[in-house]
Amino acid sequence: MALLQISEPGEATAPHGHRLAAGIDLGTTHSLVASVRSGVAATLPDGEGRHLLHSVVRYLETGEHQVGATALRQAASDPLNTIISVKRFMGRGVEDVKSLGSVLPYEFVASESGMPLIRTAAGDRSPVQVSADILAELRQRAEQTLGDELTGVVITVPAYFDDAQRQATRDAGRLAGLNVLRLLNEPTAAAVAYGLDRGSDGIIAVYDLGGGTFDISILRLSQGVFEVMATAGDTALGGDDMDRAIAAWVMQQAGVADDPAHAMQRRLLLAACAAKESLTDGDQVELAVALENGTQWQGTLTRKTMDELIESLVRKTLGPCRRALRDADLNAADLREVVMVGGSTRVLKVRTLVGEFFGRRPLVDIDPDRVVAIGAAIQADILAGNKPEESMLLLDVIPLSLGVETMGGLTEKIIPRNTTLPASRAQEFTTYKDGQTAMALHVVQGERELVEDCRSLARFELRDMPPMTAGAARIRVTYQVDADGLLSVTAEEQTSGVQAHIEVKPSYGLSDNEIESMLRDSMDHAEDDVKARRLREQQVQADRVLEALQAALQQDADSFLSSEERNAIEQAAAKLAVLRNGNNAREIKVAIEKLESVSEVYVDRRMNANIREAMAGHTVDEFK
Amino acid sequence: MHAGAAKALTFRDVLIHPSLPPNLTQNYFELFSLPQQYAVERSDLDVRYRKLQHTVHPDRFVTAGDQERRVSMQQATHINEAYQVLKDPLRRGRYLLELRGHAIEDQQTTHQDAEFLMQQIELREALGDIRRQDDPLQALDRLAREVQAQYRALESALAQALDAGEETEQAVSLVLKMQYFMRLQSEVQELEADLEDELD
Repeated sequence: MALLQISEPGEATAPHGHRLAAGIDLGTTHSLVASVRSGVAATLPDGEGRHLLHSVVRYLETGEHQVGATALRQAASDPLNTIISVKRFMGRGVEDVKSLGSVLPYEFVASESGMPLIRTAAGDRSPVQVSADILAELRQRAEQTLGDELTGVVITVPAYFDDAQRQATRDAGRLAGLNVLRLLNEPTAAAVAYGLDRGSDGIIAVYDLGGGTFDISILRLSQGVFEVMATAGDTALGGDDMDRAIAAWVMQQAGVADDPAHAMQRRLLLAACAAKESLTDGDQVELAVALENGTQWQGTLTRKTMDELIESLVRKTLGPCRRALRDADLNAADLREVVMVGGSTRVLKVRTLVGEFFGRRPLVDIDPDRVVAIGAAIQADILAGNKPEESMLLLDVIPLSLGVETMGGLTEKIIPRNTTLPASRAQEFTTYKDGQTAMALHVVQGERELVEDCRSLARFELRDMPPMTAGAARIRVTYQVDADGLLSVTAEEQTSGVQAHIEVKPSYGLSDNEIESMLRDSMDHAEDDVKARRLREQQVQADRVLEALQAALQQDADSFLSSEERNAIEQAAAKLAVLRNGNNAREIKVAIEKLESVSEVYVDRRMNANIREAMAGHTVDEFK
Repeated sequence: MHAGAAKALTFRDVLIHPSLPPNLTQNYFELFSLPQQYAVERSDLDVRYRKLQHTVHPDRFVTAGDQERRVSMQQATHINEAYQVLKDPLRRGRYLLELRGHAIEDQQTTHQDAEFLMQQIELREALGDIRRQDDPLQALDRLAREVQAQYRALESALAQALDAGEETEQAVSLVLKMQYFMRLQSEVQELEADLEDELD
């Protein structure tokens, strides 16, 4: 916290100890940042009063870049350097990106790890970097408005995002210098924003159709707990596809040949998008598109024609709706509400078909563009510790099964989809050759039987196993998925007790070193800044640990610790407190680790006592 | 010597519980402060689950130290796993038998009961014939309801065997029968999904 807090006129200064936190909706077509101020969650506008930031980044030859409306204005004239809908490429490989559609006006090159890089005038840019530039813009906006640095953010992702896509989003946050408290699923955020916990308990469906992604989530709300029961969706379906369908119709009407030039494609898509938007009010719209031969095509698009063009796209969303209901073991009649989220739910045809499917009128009260960011801000405020008494809790599920490749290229599921997070599961494998000392594991995500139809997440190598006869080794592979839906894998050979060595190579992600070097590159005065930043990070971490520990010790040290144990902890804490004021980041880090290891017993005992206390109200006989 | 790709592995069909630190040794009933018996009131179980997650969930420890966050994640994971087992009639039955020293192997089957096996064969034949019916979805719905009813009957018989009498042998046989029905049920659901998707 800075010493001085600047507040806007008419607004109370944040109370002492209030941590500034924000929710960020990193969307395909636009992004928003929201924060809770004086108890009210609202999206934050830029200097010109605009809340929505176009998720568009334009890279210039000078190495600089523009974000938002400025960048979008040049989209038609500078298509190759103006990156739109980058969210579609997050966590994807080059081959995936190519299969997303023939109408991608960018030049892709593959990085060494197979990640697609977009060739721009300012150099090659990964989707993670482009997203980080959008996040950094929002961060700046939030910090200017709120008057201080953010202590943490919640970034939303489609519920259907797989591990690679989530990891990429988290990396983008890190690259933008943000402390990501949590990745939150967009539909869950929307449910929170609707304040549905304030009303009566019940089951709701959140239908989220954005620019490039579709999600359906079924949530059960009871006593402040939002429990995701099932989720389904399509990470490559959204309003952009409607634009493409309309653009294809225009091409047909105007007699434009297939595969037009980049600039022409861009003009067509922008005209299609504008037409779609004006048809949410009107019954017909006039279109005018400048053709490559210098003439101009003019025509009329009626709502009826548009509805026909997009109907099959909208119907594609109903299959996942049905699947989510089935996974939750529910009928449409069991739902209390259906909530609409995402700009594309403004399209009337979408509301009609969804209303028909669920047999009820969907809720559209909160601006579908802002609802996700608002929910994320509420969650960020709670996670930052500003509302210790708040009882809200979000229990998310894993959207796609996690598995491992076995004999014959088949997938063996280890954690099935819709398992509540955090979750862990272990499975045992053995060797097939005498004297085998190493084995390779291929981690995949998806529902299909064949590995080639699933998403490849990572390849692991287990080495230095003691040689044994075939089938004698017992290798336990443990999957752990945290509350963000991010996976970590460990493997251990059981019979010898040897903890074998594991190497992780994310298939399409960035390694820690790559992120580190990108962070360095992005700094103006590289060396000094990195050092100062590292020191500050460690100091913040030290303060956090010390603060939490002191509060705990004051509360209950005597109940859980012998005087010797307490002395050891306090000595380690005192040492950290001294080093924290020095300027050696490494020493602080070591002291933190030392303190945490000394207080391990204490943490365990406290947590177990908390569990006992939570169950104390219930006696074994109570409900007999 | 190096084994190349993962497909070079032999998969041993063993599902084991997640590896847990030593302080997480309470059994699932103890963890939820429930009596070690088959009968569980679902709404009561749900309330207990939410209370426990409120106490340990990682979201409660975002600003805490790494150590505390790790413990929180382990505990929350343990509670999730326990809840999955306790709320599922089949998994709860298997778990209770395991606690009583009668673990059921995954490959274990019930050979003796010829009448039961005959019934299974008939039900499977009915499932195989669904697509040839005039209204497949309706026919499948009827079959699904029959399977459901049979499963419920086994469930109450299991409660009787585990809680009232200590009829372990019978309980094992009932659990094995429930496993047959569980597999049948998932095949019914798969077919239902296929039929509905074909309508689109």
